[in-house]
Amino acid sequence: MDIPYVVQPREDTGLFNAKVGIWLFLASEVMLFGALFSSYILLRVGSINWLYGEAKDLNVWLGTANTAVLITSSITMVMAWASLKLNEFGKFKAYMGATILLGLVFMVIKAFEYNAKFHHGHFPAAHTFYAIYFTLTGLHALHVLGGMVVNSFYWGPGSKMWKTDPVRFTNRVEIGGLFWHFVDLVWIFLFPVLYLL
Amino acid sequence: MSLKAFHIVFVTASILLAFGFGVWSLLDYQDHGNTAELVGGLVSVLVGFALIIYAKAILRKLKNISYL
Repeated sequence: MDIPYVVQPREDTGLFNAKVGIWLFLASEVMLFGALFSSYILLRVGSINWLYGEAKDLNVWLGTANTAVLITSSITMVMAWASLKLNEFGKFKAYMGATILLGLVFMVIKAFEYNAKFHHGHFPAAHTFYAIYFTLTGLHALHVLGGMVVNSFYWGPGSKMWKTDPVRFTNRVEIGGLFWHFVDLVWIFLFPVLYLL
Repeated sequence: MSLKAFHIVFVTASILLAFGFGVWSLLDYQDHGNTAELVGGLVSVLVGFALIIYAKAILRKLKNISYL
């Protein structure tokens, strides 16, 4: 027996299975990051020696560069999906490849930032700020890594599905794109909260 | 919500961040007089305007795709 609504949307909801699944998953992710953001606020409000401005020793320009990288990667991601919708598989490969590379650039910049912190002795145990900084950015970086793995599968071996079932493949890329956008949206909140405020 | 709708939400948040960061940089420039902050602030505001133009363009490109 075939599983229904794998490709075509269900009549009453207008959604195919995977889209319902990804939104349920993203709802759980909102709760995860929401709890950590709440922890940040409570720790900051309750702290008598919180780090402000230059005392945090964060490189705002590297954070800004990473923000620009992730915004650009969201644009290339949606262009990859739109290319499939317009039946342009070659453009999909180019845009998805760019998305993966931009994710890699983000991780490399993040590694430089972490390295500088460790060089200056700013470990999670050093201060409450660094504890929540490494928790939030580390968890976010793991999500970027997960998104890169999924996108690499779509770009590589997973793209064979385009020949056999193009609609389902396009749906898969959309699901990956929703996750990638969520991860990028989390950074849009993380950057001002950690680097600017 | 489709990727199209979520992308519009994301671009809106990015536009707000670009203008917010621009104002933050320019206020910091007033306090410290660092030229890099002046340039960064102005570039950020320009990126905000560029993202508004991009949002209009992508909406035109994806006009036949559902928001659901």
